Amino acid sequence: MTEPVFRAEGLTRRYRNGGAEVVALDSVDLTLDRGRRLGIVGESGSGKSTLVRLLAGLDRPTAGRIWFEGTEITGLPERRLGFLRAAVQMVFQDPRSSLNPRMKVGDIITEPLRSRLVRKELADGDHRARLAEVLAEVDLPADSADRYPHEFSGGQRQRIAIARALAPRPDVLIADEPVSALDVSVRAQVLNLLTDLVRSRGLTLIVVSHDLLVVRHLCDQLAVMRGGRIVEAGATGAVYSQPRQEYTRALLAAIPRIKVG
Amino acid sequence: MTLLDVRDLSVSFGRSRTPAVRGISFDLAAGERLGVIGESGSGKTVTALAVMGLLPENATVTGSISLNATEIVGLDEVGMARLRGDVISMVFQEPMTALDPTMRVGRQVAEVLRLHQGAEPGAARERVVSMLGEVGLTDPQRVADAFPHQLSGGQRQRVIMAMALINSPDLVICDEPTTALDVTVQARVLEKLDEVLTASAAACLFISHDLAVVSQVCHNVLVMLDGEIVEQGTVADLFNRPQHPYTRGLVATARLDQIEPGERLPTVEDFHARRP
Repeated sequence: MTEPVFRAEGLTRRYRNGGAEVVALDSVDLTLDRGRRLGIVGESGSGKSTLVRLLAGLDRPTAGRIWFEGTEITGLPERRLGFLRAAVQMVFQDPRSSLNPRMKVGDIITEPLRSRLVRKELADGDHRARLAEVLAEVDLPADSADRYPHEFSGGQRQRIAIARALAPRPDVLIADEPVSALDVSVRAQVLNLLTDLVRSRGLTLIVVSHDLLVVRHLCDQLAVMRGGRIVEAGATGAVYSQPRQEYTRALLAAIPRIKVG
Repeated sequence: MTLLDVRDLSVSFGRSRTPAVRGISFDLAAGERLGVIGESGSGKTVTALAVMGLLPENATVTGSISLNATEIVGLDEVGMARLRGDVISMVFQEPMTALDPTMRVGRQVAEVLRLHQGAEPGAARERVVSMLGEVGLTDPQRVADAFPHQLSGGQRQRVIMAMALINSPDLVICDEPTTALDVTVQARVLEKLDEVLTASAAACLFISHDLAVVSQVCHNVLVMLDGEIVEQGTVADLFNRPQHPYTRGLVATARLDQIEPGERLPTVEDFHARRP
């Protein structure tokens, strides 16, 4: 029996906002097996981004425990999280803010390879060769490396962000609203790229999105979140065709569809 | 009856040789709802801003925009201000930036009323509260006394709608009005927009990159690409029988629900080779 990639128990995150306490995540349990593609949907404030930030080790839970491939990561100091940083990479919503405008694309993409923490985990390799490889994988011209992010279109910038995430050869890719800042016309290209990459490299994928159609396209498992809890979970097809919760039905009904006549 | 008549409209900025809008013509009848679709940089927002007379100083505008037989191109700021918020109004994408954060929202809505109708503060309050109710805000009294940050995104967008509709304009321009909202909120806001537009019989120029949203609100659509209109027609014609390769690509990529999960999605490039 192989260990799941992620296992979480009773995951809770509370914030203080002024005097009031906000429960962003409320005792969430989760198991994600290798090679699965999990979609997390919900409205703003449902806790979906908080959940993936905890899984990626970018934030610490108030209560609860997380295991990554059998190793508990809750409570581990940053200097011992190198294995997680190398194996779990994130792509964020808006490539205008997730890419440093003053760095050249080549430096942005190879930055994870230079990280002191991550470096220990990786076999020493030629950064330039790796850079050329990932640029080709995301379909960007080789000379992109010497240019700055502002010289690229939105779709291309999201490819740069994906290339950066791929550079350390992660096992898990977490994408937080990867296409919601993009035009419909480039959305399909980025979705195709993600589908191909996940398939060819056997990545485990977690996609956070408010767009249920995007998640349906990318993911085989689905978790619906509301008020910091997972209210419904299961195989994507099953949840779409037979939603058990009223809330899931409402979400599905709200998807804008082309209405003719 | 033609409400808005745009002829050979071109807009360029600064010393740029490539115009943002290149000689477009279209018209809008009273009460008609026209969707404008296209990607970022296609010129849809610039067109809307030209109609509102809100282009920056470095913009060069040629051609004609006539609204109720009044020429807008070249109209001075005083004349334009008289139309804006009264005959034409606009619903912007980001309700947080379109509202003044330091002012209670009731006063902001009342300001529009006061500027054009010269209403007394007390009388304005009543109109404002009833308008906030009409756009579907429950507890409009409380909303009127709230500051923008105390409201949710959906509530703020309804406040913006109330501001745009309170003077019963002939034309409401909506620029991506629901893009920043959650799907469930978006569905409710669109439904409300449809209702209030129908009730007031206002015409609407509805800009969006989301074809599904446009198809729910509009009768007719025009497609913009690189500053030009490449196709226009009724919603049914355009979505069922798109002619221009770019439109065919857009329609194909928008039908995410009709493709088997994990299958390769059609892209615009499959249909239309982009200009280098």
